[in-house]
Amino acid sequence: MGLLRKIWDFYYTGFKSMTVGKKLWAIIIIKVIIIFCVLKLFFFKADFKGKSPQERSNIVIERLTGEENTH
Amino acid sequence: MFYSSLTDASRLQFAVTAMYHWLFVPLTLGLGFIVAFMETRYYLLCKKAAKNPADSLSIQNNADFWLKTTKFWSTIFAINFAIGVATGIILEFEFGTNWSNYSWFVGDIFGAPLAIEGVIAFFMESTFFAVMYFGWNKVSKKFHLASTWLTAIGANISAIWILVANSWMQHPVGMHFNPDTARNEMVDFAAVVFSPTAISKISHTISSSFMLAAVVVIAISCWYLLKGREMEFAKKSIKLSAIFGLCSALFMAWSGDNSAYNVAKTQPMKLAAMEGLYNGEKDAAISIFGILKPGYEQGSDENPFYFNIKVPKILGYMANRKAGAFTPGINDIIEGGYQFEDIDGNEYTAKSFKDRQLNGKVAIKSLELYHFAKQQGDTSKLAELRNILQDNFKDFGYGYLKTPKESIPNVPLCYYSFRVMVGLGCYFILFFIASLLLLRAEKRGGKPLEKRKFLLRIALLSLPLIYICSQAGWVVAEVGRQPWTIQDLLPVQASVSGIKASSVYTTVIIFITLFTALLAAEIKIMCTQIKKGPHVNEE
Repeated sequence: MGLLRKIWDFYYTGFKSMTVGKKLWAIIIIKVIIIFCVLKLFFFKADFKGKSPQERSNIVIERLTGEENTH
Repeated sequence: MFYSSLTDASRLQFAVTAMYHWLFVPLTLGLGFIVAFMETRYYLLCKKAAKNPADSLSIQNNADFWLKTTKFWSTIFAINFAIGVATGIILEFEFGTNWSNYSWFVGDIFGAPLAIEGVIAFFMESTFFAVMYFGWNKVSKKFHLASTWLTAIGANISAIWILVANSWMQHPVGMHFNPDTARNEMVDFAAVVFSPTAISKISHTISSSFMLAAVVVIAISCWYLLKGREMEFAKKSIKLSAIFGLCSALFMAWSGDNSAYNVAKTQPMKLAAMEGLYNGEKDAAISIFGILKPGYEQGSDENPFYFNIKVPKILGYMANRKAGAFTPGINDIIEGGYQFEDIDGNEYTAKSFKDRQLNGKVAIKSLELYHFAKQQGDTSKLAELRNILQDNFKDFGYGYLKTPKESIPNVPLCYYSFRVMVGLGCYFILFFIASLLLLRAEKRGGKPLEKRKFLLRIALLSLPLIYICSQAGWVVAEVGRQPWTIQDLLPVQASVSGIKASSVYTTVIIFITLFTALLAAEIKIMCTQIKKGPHVNEE
């Protein structure tokens, strides 16, 4: 428990005494929110989401061997 | 699903993301070590002060100076780290969304290095990074110093794994293609990690990052000298960084030569594009600088250059490590028929584009028939089709190319980027030597550095040049390997997902806006911190 308390205090006082770091954390948080809550959610939907590995294999093989690709 | 506009949009998106990401990464890689060297100096002085009580005051003053210096550059490191962190995640999103064929095809080969990178980045960097910034006066000096070194080493180890994955795309080895899953499976981890391409890419990229960080430190220090501030701080920072930068630059020049040899053996088309070499030569000359004729077509009898200043025999020696060897040009690679020695020393007659295209079509057709036979439950032909596929798999990607022209990267872009990279690389070797010589001259009673205003301004103007040099290196490496996402196995048009090009263009605009805002934030915060100077005790 003593060690956990020390680790908590280490980070707590560290974060509390930050100056430039506060601005940097604000930027990191805003950036991560944009990346995960906007870009990932609305623009980067995984192409194979919900598909089993076998289904994924079949889709890729069909795309790789399809007429459009192989002229 | 073959949309050239989708391919172009996806390539543009990936290039924008990667190039912005690469603005932040190299400074993190190099500055971490510069800070670690500074803190080591501080630590050793503290130890010396403890052992020499008689001189302890003067030694302690010196130690305090290095503590202040370490803390200032640590803050610059933290700003760059914070702004750059997570920009690379978007590249991974792009793999899943825009490049899903490619992502599936590379299988676990790309996944393993990236997973290792993720674990190291998370545990090593985040743990020791916190100690580096929160640990002053809370942990022992020794533990703090170890944390600073481990943060720097951790950042570089992360980069190494990314570069291993990238190298595999440039020179795919240590894998076996499974036609049942359409995935490449790793069969030799060591071959992937220690491939000559990986070794040369890691050494060249990391040393160039060290050089970039050294130039950034020197340029900022020169700004202080121009302003007549922080004289001792600036000069000592310049001295340490110039030594670090010069060692890195010399190593980088050696690794660049190694890289050129490796490219000649594994990606001869890239080397030919870098040199604007259309017709191969025995003991080929290297182009120092020339102007290419715009719109020049492969196969034309005309000279591709308006003028071309060359040095005889150098390219032939760099590409073959021996005199009298033939270096193929773009036309030779298309036509084939010349004797070629690969990276393992095996000699063979090079195949023509048409032969490779035919092999590629056979490989693709066998995959199709294999898949069909399997779906029909006809197992009698599977072994035969599998063998045909494996025999022709080396040329699998050529089956997607319609014309020889599609196998040639953008020659002017590769040619000029290569000259920008090498030219600036040479300039920075002189830059570091000049920095050290001027400091030495001052020590011997010569003109003080702060009085050399013109040279200080040149040093300050060198700051954007090192970023141009670094980006030009990526252009050479990544544009030079086009049209391949995986060399000879998968071209860009077969790698993309079946999504709308318009949505990709939308994200390109969002990225440019987001990354430009981040870059502006970084520059603003960094400038504010630089103006404050090294007196502030930052976390």
